[in-house]
Amino acid sequence: MKAASSVRLEVCGVRHAYRDLLVLEGIDLVAEPAQVLVLVGPSGCGKSTLLGIIGGLLAPSGGEVRWHGEVSPDCLNPLTYVFQDFALLPWRTVAQNVALGLEGRMPRAAVRARVAEVLATTGLDAFARAWPRQLSGGMKQRVGIARALAVRPACLLMDEPLSALDAQTRGLLLEEFAGLIERVGTTTVYVTHNLTEAVRLGHQIVVLSRRPGRVRTILRLDRPITDRRADDADLLAAEARLWALIRDDAAAAEREIEHA
Amino acid sequence: MPEVDGRIPFRAGGFAPRESVPAGAATLILIVLLWQGAASAGMIPSLFLPAPFAVARTLWSLAISGELWRQASPSLYRLAVGWTLGTVAGVALGFAIGLSSLARSPGMAVVSALFPIPKIALVPLFIIWFGIGEGSKIATLGFGVFFPTVISTAAGVDAVPRNLIRMAQSFGLSRAAILRRVVLPGAWPAILSGFRISVSIGIVLLVAAEMIGAQRGIGAFVLQAGNLYDLDNLLAGIVLLSVFGLVLAWGIGRLERAFLRWR
Repeated sequence: MKAASSVRLEVCGVRHAYRDLLVLEGIDLVAEPAQVLVLVGPSGCGKSTLLGIIGGLLAPSGGEVRWHGEVSPDCLNPLTYVFQDFALLPWRTVAQNVALGLEGRMPRAAVRARVAEVLATTGLDAFARAWPRQLSGGMKQRVGIARALAVRPACLLMDEPLSALDAQTRGLLLEEFAGLIERVGTTTVYVTHNLTEAVRLGHQIVVLSRRPGRVRTILRLDRPITDRRADDADLLAAEARLWALIRDDAAAAEREIEHA
Repeated sequence: MPEVDGRIPFRAGGFAPRESVPAGAATLILIVLLWQGAASAGMIPSLFLPAPFAVARTLWSLAISGELWRQASPSLYRLAVGWTLGTVAGVALGFAIGLSSLARSPGMAVVSALFPIPKIALVPLFIIWFGIGEGSKIATLGFGVFFPTVISTAAGVDAVPRNLIRMAQSFGLSRAAILRRVVLPGAWPAILSGFRISVSIGIVLLVAAEMIGAQRGIGAFVLQAGNLYDLDNLLAGIVLLSVFGLVLAWGIGRLERAFLRWR
């Protein structure tokens, strides 16, 4: 199910401030087609803000985000998010949640078929008629992924998708994500503060500095995602290198008083 | 120093009321039985308060003679039309206040200014505006239902989590689709609980409006019985109103169960 879409995202000189508070400055990045760009950095560095800007949910104070490439005709929502808090509609069943981005855009029978297909790829077949409140956090995020994949996105924008989950579930879902992302082959921007996730999934790992967020370093990992194992020596080394970079910023960010 | 020894007792019980339909019904039946018992024992003179049995007999004869339906049908009609009009308008303005800055402050200002007015005081005005017939009664009822509906609907729309609306926007849904698939279902619980209140308000205002210049209707019937100190008929009318309220509350409960299965 390799996607036909092939889109490159370019972040050009993006700057963003909430009133007087500068959160992002001078951000220039390129997310390559069919690759995963991971944004890491200490809390409050503007990672999620940047992801919101990339997908058009936030208007930047300065700069712009451009996209180039081809979007497959069966793509219903080119820039599609997966959220940290899942954002499932509690009054819809799993299948109805997955259908949200399809309804009114495809014939009913096609919606049903697409939902069934995506539920199968995400291992949710048995949960089609369940309500979100009946699901564990991990299952809820699988629904979030299924809903995103159902629209055949050209770019997948994932905002700390595993951060609300316990460590064991996180490990399990990380491996599933790795398989799915590689298989659908969309351009992906993945925000996390978890460095294990970063080295497991990223082709490019962009380290942002403490607020105001600037690009400190970009680490490239060329090995295909499916060839990687969470405990590979090179990944562990990369993780240690990232931690050495972020550590002081993270400690400082943690001691900061929240601006009102 | 105090010593501890033995099993640690459970100490976090309480404050978890459970629902029981039989307990509710049994309570009502028990009150009626006590009332009847006291009346039969001669503790309550019938000129002071008629016994339940006498009220039931009155209701029965009213039903057989067709008088019950003659009085109840205009009331039900007024209630249905007035409540529906007030509710439709109230839900519409509630949504406008919840969704649009243009409507929000002006709408809330008008609602806050007019909500506290006792609608009964407006009945003479409505008679001048809408005539002594059905118009003034329906207007009183609809007007009274309108304001609480606006407030509960607007609160329901405000309570729809913003992250869900943002999610829907991120999937490129149109405003109409977001309204239908996110805002409306999210506001439903508050709208339905608003119905419970507005139905009761509707019944109260119905009777009040019918007490002013109506030939038929439970309000007129109760007023007439009261003027004649005909306590049997008075209580029969009151019991009928209570039954209206119970049936409507039950109906709304069924609606809630059907629409809010996901909770």
